[in-house]
Amino acid sequence: MTAPRPLALHVPEPGCRPGDTPDFSDFEIPRAGAVRRPQVDEAPEDMRDMAFSVVRVLNKAGEAVGPWAGDLDAEALRNGLRHMMTLRQFDERMLKAQRQGKTSFYVQNLGEEAVACAFRMALEDGDMNFPTYRQAGLLIAGGYPMTQMMNQIYSNSEDPLKGRQLPVMYSARDHGFFSVSGNLGTQFIQAVGWAMASAISHDTRIAAAWIGDGSTSENDFHAAMVFASTYKAPVILNIVNNQWAISTFQGMARGGAVTFAARGHGFGIPAIRVDGNDYLAVHAVAKWAAERARSGLGPSLIEHVTYRAGGHSTSDDPSAYRSKDEFDAWPLGDPLERLKRHLITIGEWSEDRHTQAQAEIVDTVRSAQREAEANGTLISGDKPSPRSMFDDVFAEMPPHLREQRQQAGY
Amino acid sequence: MARMTMIEAIRNAHDLAMERDKRVVVFGEDVGYFGGVFRCTAGLQKKYGPHRCFDAPINESGIVGAGVGMAAYGLKPVVEIQFADYMYPAYDQIVSEAARLRHRSAGDFTCSMVIRMPTGGGIFGGQTHSQSPEALFTHVSGLKVVVPANPRDAKGLLLAAIEDPDPVIFLEPKRLYNGPFDGHHDRPVVPWKNHDLGDVSEDYYTVPLGKAEISRPGNDVTVLAYGTMVYVAQAAAEEAGVDAEIIDLRTLLPLDLDTIEQSVRKTGRCVVIHEATKTSGFGAELSALVQERCFYHLEAPIVRVTGWDTPYPHAQEWTYFPGPERIKQAFTQVLEG
Repeated sequence: MTAPRPLALHVPEPGCRPGDTPDFSDFEIPRAGAVRRPQVDEAPEDMRDMAFSVVRVLNKAGEAVGPWAGDLDAEALRNGLRHMMTLRQFDERMLKAQRQGKTSFYVQNLGEEAVACAFRMALEDGDMNFPTYRQAGLLIAGGYPMTQMMNQIYSNSEDPLKGRQLPVMYSARDHGFFSVSGNLGTQFIQAVGWAMASAISHDTRIAAAWIGDGSTSENDFHAAMVFASTYKAPVILNIVNNQWAISTFQGMARGGAVTFAARGHGFGIPAIRVDGNDYLAVHAVAKWAAERARSGLGPSLIEHVTYRAGGHSTSDDPSAYRSKDEFDAWPLGDPLERLKRHLITIGEWSEDRHTQAQAEIVDTVRSAQREAEANGTLISGDKPSPRSMFDDVFAEMPPHLREQRQQAGY
Repeated sequence: MARMTMIEAIRNAHDLAMERDKRVVVFGEDVGYFGGVFRCTAGLQKKYGPHRCFDAPINESGIVGAGVGMAAYGLKPVVEIQFADYMYPAYDQIVSEAARLRHRSAGDFTCSMVIRMPTGGGIFGGQTHSQSPEALFTHVSGLKVVVPANPRDAKGLLLAAIEDPDPVIFLEPKRLYNGPFDGHHDRPVVPWKNHDLGDVSEDYYTVPLGKAEISRPGNDVTVLAYGTMVYVAQAAAEEAGVDAEIIDLRTLLPLDLDTIEQSVRKTGRCVVIHEATKTSGFGAELSALVQERCFYHLEAPIVRVTGWDTPYPHAQEWTYFPGPERIKQAFTQVLEG
């Protein structure tokens, strides 16, 4: 008998570190239009293939092809492009504002603009998103005033959250945007509860849950999957797989073992994987899942395959753990460029119109910023009163808080 | 008026709340068809249907997290954690979400929700069926914390908690479910049906949160207690012949400081009692508050009688549980010290 060999711990490593040449050759991408479109009432067990492919609509030539194409007219597509361009410009300005010390922190959406912007357009007013901190596109595409977002980022006198929250932790109930929490994954199960409440109340509204690839490791991801499946909750469970959780590659959450979408199968939840940088594909899949939920057919899981092109946040330097060239090598490209190209291909857009739109958007974002800065920033100007810090802990202020407010001098 | 056990009173409160307000939804592990492992929700599913009262998967974080989502929608979830000892997986949802939702969203979203959990020892429950984690909740801004000690209060406080616009942690001393318990484990237990406090009105009524009750008026020493310890303190006072004023706090947060202050100023002495472990327990907060507010009226140091700083044991139940003997010693200490 031979002696057993000593065991060794497996610690997954990304294929590429700083200085390496990025290589996505083992990332299988089907041709645009190649993936079928199941009926919304198709049984989950009959559509397992959908979790191992990638729904794509836009091909290399910029054409919209296949069974998921054709549900958006040119006007809707132009609006979509504008939303994404606005979000990118917004990011740029706020990133700069943070670098200038006007606020403490910012989180970009760079490269992921299509996911939230396209998804939002598949929902109806009254539906509720339970977003992470990287779905600002839901607000931009939903028409939430940019100045309000900036007021929040600056924690100024007009901040709707009265300076209590870290920048980008927006809350906008009337715009279907649930209060963002710093604790990861918590909102995934809350979305399911909200959807259950809608079903209990015989309402017609649905919920959308959001989580990143890294946070699928959190316990609440599992809780949400069990509850959504058990109660057939009218919820869309979105996983945004942008390949990175701060410095940790998606393989640490076992993204490489099987797809994140495949996790739906263990719970009997139909799951679709979609090209997250393809505005048309994201929108079509979102609409499919929304129709499924609204028809009482239960939850769906969507894995949005995308790439976090920017740093994790303004407190992060990605060059310390990944190749600088990775986004350029990313095979699904840039969502803005791809939609722009499509619109030009179908004769509904041009370089001139794009340049003009870009100039208008820069103006709009700048003037929103001016307006917000007139209300103050974190370092100068007006601020929310410290007195208000003691409000809203409870509906009615209990005596011990009143006493502490007095001690604080307010 | 009817004679009810604490279980029946809690069940009756659920029934009345569900009848009165369609938004009230009840769920948790084994809560639906079976009616709960302690029978607190028996019959509700049959009466109100499985969409108002239902079983949940075994996932405490899921139960509370789904409840937060429902409350954000506008329902009033009343959820059960089977034992307080099993609330830890839900702690993130309770602390980071339920407690802070109103504040962090500046009132954009709120969380009117009740989280019920059987608490406390004295039942040979060992490590994971005996804990008293109230201090882990009173330390969290945004939570209200309630501990009833008799059927009448259990019903009225639960109805008040359900009406309340904020998240309420509702801790039910399971040792008191069927009858009061004074710590004399070698004597037969008196069931609520033979006890005056088992008299419960069948009508809808509330007992306000944040109001303590003097369960035994006295002049020599103030006893701050809640849950099972109210009866242990009573027994100790009778046996020692001490004219103790025993205050059943009922709500730990917000705390009824006026009643406490008034009493300690009168007696000049204070004993704080709880089953939970001593270090950083709620008794430390009570003791500090009394010291801050009644310093010049105190004639002896405040004494705490609590569980030991160990996990709750099985075989050593009655050495751990703060019984009448230990409280009598504390009386001697504050009266002679």
